[in-house]
Amino acid sequence: MSKRTDLLLSIADDELILGWRNSEWTGIAPFLEEDVAFSSIAQNEIGHARALYELAAAELGTTADELAFDRKPEEYRCAPLVELRRLEWARTIARHWLYETADEIRLATLKASDDSEIAGVAAKMDREEAYHRMHAEMWIDRLLSSDDGRERLDEAIDELWPYALGVLDDELRPELRARVEARLGRELPEVEPVPRGVHEAELAELWGEMTLVRRSAPAGAQW
Amino acid sequence: MALSHKVTDSDVWAALAEIPDPEIPVISLVDLGVIKDVAVDDGLVRIDFTPTFMGCPALEPMQRAMEAKIAELGATPAINVRLDDSWSTDDITPEGREKLRAAGFAPPAPRPAGKLDLVQLQRGFRCPYCGSTSTKLENLFGPTPCRSIRYCEDCRQPFEQFKTI
Repeated sequence: MSKRTDLLLSIADDELILGWRNSEWTGIAPFLEEDVAFSSIAQNEIGHARALYELAAAELGTTADELAFDRKPEEYRCAPLVELRRLEWARTIARHWLYETADEIRLATLKASDDSEIAGVAAKMDREEAYHRMHAEMWIDRLLSSDDGRERLDEAIDELWPYALGVLDDELRPELRARVEARLGRELPEVEPVPRGVHEAELAELWGEMTLVRRSAPAGAQW
Repeated sequence: MALSHKVTDSDVWAALAEIPDPEIPVISLVDLGVIKDVAVDDGLVRIDFTPTFMGCPALEPMQRAMEAKIAELGATPAINVRLDDSWSTDDITPEGREKLRAAGFAPPAPRPAGKLDLVQLQRGFRCPYCGSTSTKLENLFGPTPCRSIRYCEDCRQPFEQFKTI
């Protein structure tokens, strides 16, 4: 597999799995606006995954659906950050913000790529991601505005920080650290990043649910 | 249609202008600015089309509607989906923006030169019902990926705004 395909699949898998996790708030978010927001963000992320899978599929001679649903859990290349099942609000917001911050750094490098297909898709994704970032930043403001919120956010960030570092390649991690530390006004510990390719047990569970219909109708479900 | 008539570019554009957006049917695909190019080569009609929002479920219905329209003209459609960055809400035509407003959707604000931020979106955009600018942003996200929710403090009507992207 080429380095290009590996890159496309890594980002597509991040977006698909995080989209799936975000969609778990549909119907049960703390209030209606957030129910709508997380559902809409999920839809965007899965749309981004589809476009990236299509580019990878053209190279591999397969289809976006086969890449999204027919691989084994251990074949996914997503960062463990997106695999975690976090149905607790401060952790959901912390993960959302850490991912969107890392994703902005990654997208900036992809938009500047010499590969015009990758640069084009990245620029198109970034138009939508701008809304995800505004939403995440609004929540960080809100949590930082009270002692209780700050405490909950700090705890969640400390827990997720090694995972957040694992979203990016080595050379982009210092920028993530700089942005997160500047925003939170505190230093974060030197930790070993949780790398891509190591999977949380929660991924297999998510995969089982996500691919259930596809696996139960191998000839293809008709709607 | 007379058999002698050859399908022209303007026939194709006119036909595409009759296809409503599946989710906001007051506006056509041409108004929306998603048709990037049309090329007629004898009986083959090539259409370059680009998605608005990447996760929009209306993409497939739009493609099928275009294929059906071209077939009605007696030509063979070939739709090429462009996944590049060739669409922004600035591509919605002035007519399209008026149609949105008339249907109760605030049209998208023009893209700012710099980065889009929350402060710009919290501005008092005009209410499509009463024209007041005493409106506020209720939710960046709405019932479809392309919409935000706003509220008019004068006529007390919630309304949707096409997001600026």
